[in-house]
Amino acid sequence: MVYLTRVEHFNAAHKLYNSSWPKEKNEEVFGGCANENWHGHNYELWVTIKGVPNPDTGFSMDAKVLSRIIKQLILEKVDHKNLNIDVDFMRGKMTTAENLAIGIWNELEPNLPGEVSLHCVKIFETPRIFVEYFGDK
Amino acid sequence: MTSHKVSVFRREHFCAAHRLHNDMWDEETNSRIFGKCNNPNYHGHNYELEVKVTGIPDPQTGFVADLKNLSEIIRQKVTKRYDHKNLNLDIEDFKGINTTVENIAIVIYNLLRPEIKPEYELKVRIHETNKNSAEYPA
Repeated sequence: MVYLTRVEHFNAAHKLYNSSWPKEKNEEVFGGCANENWHGHNYELWVTIKGVPNPDTGFSMDAKVLSRIIKQLILEKVDHKNLNIDVDFMRGKMTTAENLAIGIWNELEPNLPGEVSLHCVKIFETPRIFVEYFGDK
Repeated sequence: MTSHKVSVFRREHFCAAHRLHNDMWDEETNSRIFGKCNNPNYHGHNYELEVKVTGIPDPQTGFVADLKNLSEIIRQKVTKRYDHKNLNLDIEDFKGINTTVENIAIVIYNLLRPEIKPEYELKVRIHETNKNSAEYPA
């Protein structure tokens, strides 16, 4: 079994705001992240799959194919977008890095070739803050 | 020690939303020229700000600029005001100014210039992404 990681980037706006709470509580819990007019990040997305290298190609998975899947299913929906408003798989969710990792996992996991499995979705929100999600197994 | 010029640099960062939009143009022109950067719901960046001060080190302190002071000036004038904000909506400095990386560099330079002794040169570089940055004055 070999782990293969593809790194991609996207830029997006978001805010952390629980609409069932009053504004004061949002500001108390989320601080500057609750700014009603949004803020944004350069997100870095690491997608790691695992698989046995194919004896003919030597690949667990063609990294170009993995990149294409990530671009089609994720980057087209999130890059230069507002995560709270524009992204279907985040609708109704808090757009924390944690939930974003889970959301991206759920989009990618059923759409990978059968011979590999998704191992980890890692998201850097800033160079100093990142989350990792390994699925719920 | 010597009377040679030296440059010192301080890096700070802020996270902000923005969009590129020219209010004088119709939506179609904005969309054609600015592409996905024109998204009406905004997008955002982790901006990295690099401030360069050049001059002859003070003979008493050895400093061109006390970097702790410089950091505090940048924080008060720029990053504390811009961090977790929408540059188009929340920041007066960009009223009527498109929030391109070029214009952000000019605006920040103009905020910092009065805070730095006139005999020192000031240069501002702002990184919008790892790949895109602007420097002013050029």
